[in-house]
Amino acid sequence: MASAGTHQNASIGRDVAVYVVLLVLAAIQFFIAYQDITSSQMFTRMLTVAIIEGGVALLFFMHLSQNRGLMYFVVIFTVAVIFGMQYGWTDAFRVVNGVPFGR
Amino acid sequence: MSQASQVDLSIHGQVSRSDATEIMTAPTFHTPAKKMAMWLFIIADSATFAGCLVAYGFIRNATPNWPRPFHSITNVALMTFILLTSSLTMLIGIRSAQRGDKAGAFRWTMITAVLGIVFAVLHIREWLGMIGEGATLFHNPWGTPAFGAAFFSITGLHLLHVTGGVVALIAVGISFNRGGYGEDDLEVTGLYWHFVDLVWMFVVPLVYLLNLSH
Repeated sequence: MASAGTHQNASIGRDVAVYVVLLVLAAIQFFIAYQDITSSQMFTRMLTVAIIEGGVALLFFMHLSQNRGLMYFVVIFTVAVIFGMQYGWTDAFRVVNGVPFGR
Repeated sequence: MSQASQVDLSIHGQVSRSDATEIMTAPTFHTPAKKMAMWLFIIADSATFAGCLVAYGFIRNATPNWPRPFHSITNVALMTFILLTSSLTMLIGIRSAQRGDKAGAFRWTMITAVLGIVFAVLHIREWLGMIGEGATLFHNPWGTPAFGAAFFSITGLHLLHVTGGVVALIAVGISFNRGGYGEDDLEVTGLYWHFVDLVWMFVVPLVYLLNLSH
């Protein structure tokens, strides 16, 4: 029973550590927002931090790190769907660089 | 064992009927059905949010002089802090349920719900501020009407998820306290709540911080 209690305390300790990491990552996003960089650079940096933040939440808050099979299923399936939707970007850049906004 | 009691499962070869039953009814990825159903919902909902955010990116790229109306990050920073904290309180609630502390689990689940309500109130207050400045779903004073459509649609969809989550947390929490739902139900609800938090991690930089005026 004492062992179970110790295990629970260790788990809560890890949860708090993950929470602090997520707060730091969120703070980094806010810091990036005030950097003197282009929108494209800002987008890339913020998205990178958001992906890391999401990964940490998935692995530890949603416990995917404890189930490797489910982790591969969720990540591969979701990423495949999201990448499939990136076809929209091609058209967005065509509109920006083509008629009527061609430079 | 007689030949009749053997079953041919292609990837497992010849196995006994009882083993075949065990193999064919084993939970997918060793995950209970309720949890698996929630994961499938989360995958589908991720595609919904990703679709909205990709469409927003499409419109933003295609629109010259996209407005940057946000002057302060205080409100969105506070909302982020509250939502992240609510994920932690949810985890503590689930840990309490797992060690049999029903009162603790109920208390932490209700704290999570209250944090969700505070988040929703701050969100609505921000909406009212923007509406007060003349922004609506189809119009805004800063230029392209697409800004209002994108902002209210994406944040509205997220707010709808938060509201649904709060209702679920209260309903499941109360039922758990009365002995209706079990700790697995609380865990599944917690999974949904963490997902709502995860979506916010992408909404904040893309919808708020990229539209911050300097």
